Amino acid sequence: MNPKSKHKLQSRSKGLALSITGLIVSFLFLFPYLSMFSTALKPNSSNTEIPPTYLPTEYEWFNFIKVFQELPFGMYLRNTIIISFCTMLLGLLASLPAGYYIARNKFRGRTAFLLLVLVTQMFSPTTLLIGIYREMSILHLINTYLGLILINASFNMAFSVWILSSFFQSIPVEIEEAAFIDGASRFQTFRMISLPLALPGIVTTAIFTFIAAWNEFVVAYTLASSPERQPFSVGLSLLTGLYEVKWNYLFAGSLIAIIPVVILFISIEKYLVSGLTAGSVK
Amino acid sequence: MSKRIGANDSPLQALPWLGTALFLIVGFVIWPTVELLLMSFRRIDITGLLKGWAGLENYRSLFDNSDIKGTITRTAIWLVVVVAFTMAISLPLAQLLNAKFIGQKFLRYSVIVPWAASLVITATSWKWILNAFYGIFNLVLQDLHIIKEPIDLLGDAKSGFIVLLVVGIAVSLPFTTYVLLAGLQSIPHDIMEAARVDGAGAWKGYWTIVFPLLRPAFLVATVINSVYVFNSFPIIWVMTQGGPGYETDNTTTFAYKVAFRDQDIGQSASLAVGNFMVILVLILIFLKLSKWREMDKK
Repeated sequence: MNPKSKHKLQSRSKGLALSITGLIVSFLFLFPYLSMFSTALKPNSSNTEIPPTYLPTEYEWFNFIKVFQELPFGMYLRNTIIISFCTMLLGLLASLPAGYYIARNKFRGRTAFLLLVLVTQMFSPTTLLIGIYREMSILHLINTYLGLILINASFNMAFSVWILSSFFQSIPVEIEEAAFIDGASRFQTFRMISLPLALPGIVTTAIFTFIAAWNEFVVAYTLASSPERQPFSVGLSLLTGLYEVKWNYLFAGSLIAIIPVVILFISIEKYLVSGLTAGSVK
Repeated sequence: MSKRIGANDSPLQALPWLGTALFLIVGFVIWPTVELLLMSFRRIDITGLLKGWAGLENYRSLFDNSDIKGTITRTAIWLVVVVAFTMAISLPLAQLLNAKFIGQKFLRYSVIVPWAASLVITATSWKWILNAFYGIFNLVLQDLHIIKEPIDLLGDAKSGFIVLLVVGIAVSLPFTTYVLLAGLQSIPHDIMEAARVDGAGAWKGYWTIVFPLLRPAFLVATVINSVYVFNSFPIIWVMTQGGPGYETDNTTTFAYKVAFRDQDIGQSASLAVGNFMVILVLILIFLKLSKWREMDKK
């Protein structure tokens, strides 16, 4: 065997070894979700079957529809969508002008603002829960959508401002200056020129805030006391505490809640690290 | 030229652009922080009414709580073990994600799933897998003849805590691995090649050439991950609720129970202030490591 083909053979077997390792690692990461999927397809009776089975004996695909009748899933889903969507809108409304402005302008107080953003990125609602509860009761926002939206949007402000300003910074300032000289106002320049160019950054920010609100648990668990205001994460945690748990429906609902979010998350994968480390790792 | 883009503005000119963001951060992040600090020094009755100042009474009652010592010890173990294992596993995992092979994309997407999915859902799934009667964990062990009778891992404080550690590591891996992957991708290709063909061998090449370049990403990932792990609530809450008793609580779930079950809001606030101080220390370390000043100069 000549050295070249030997080398080729070696790299091919190395590739195969990597692929097999990759597949095993993938399985380990997906395992809880695959197991959820298997349970979601089982008939109702198998919730209390001893011993359990690895895979469903009958595949009940209708569980993914029946979950809307068997559990208050539609209501939880509606609440989750309202909270996440409004959080996303409010988040963008606040972070777009801020991200643009700090990317383009020097002003007194800029360092202080950047520091405030960076420091509060690490603040977690979990630690501040009692303070949040107190504030919300002062403002009469306990058990309201608005309360949850305000908290979610605020705690994600840092990521949004950071991502957006780095996107705006990547747009050459000359393009804006040309428009500016042509007589456009600062706001017009922002709206007509910069905003469309920063679209990938805007989409990333929107998706990230949406998902963060979608998955948020501890604040909603504490503030949303009535089922009419609870998102799915809270509903799920309460339903599993009941005497008779309908695991197959719970997991069918869980998968419906997970799948769109995972797809969205994968679509912004490229920018996540830079946003979450405030640009420390590109 | 005063209207030129990039000019020096006064704070008043900046306000229309930064106002909404400032309002949200100050109004809903800073305010609750201040509120929490004040409450830790207040006397609060069981219905939540303020009954004047308490001085250090809340802090004293926290130290008198017989369960606090164990909880702090457990939180320290939780933080160190989860972060250490996460970082140790992330290094080779990031290397694997960076290698070229068929199925690499699929692996990258699989690793991202626990990061994207709600922690409550992931933890619920683990809880069901480990269920003593109906879970498939026991089924596998019985089929492999490792155990005869099903075991209730989450029902016992010791094994329950170990399970929490493992799940904690599993859900922390995606973030740290992706940060390290980003770090790996920023290393020039020829340096990676040099590390590979250097006669010294792959292992030595990695630690003398690749890892030093990866160190900034590694440190940032460690610190941010520590903040996430320290704040971790949903996994413990869903899987054991800190039970049996307080035996698997960390300081965040413990603070929650003290406030919302035992209705001792003052004492809980003082513990939350302690938690907040730990986070502050981590933030200071992060500020030292991060390159935010570069952003400031731009």
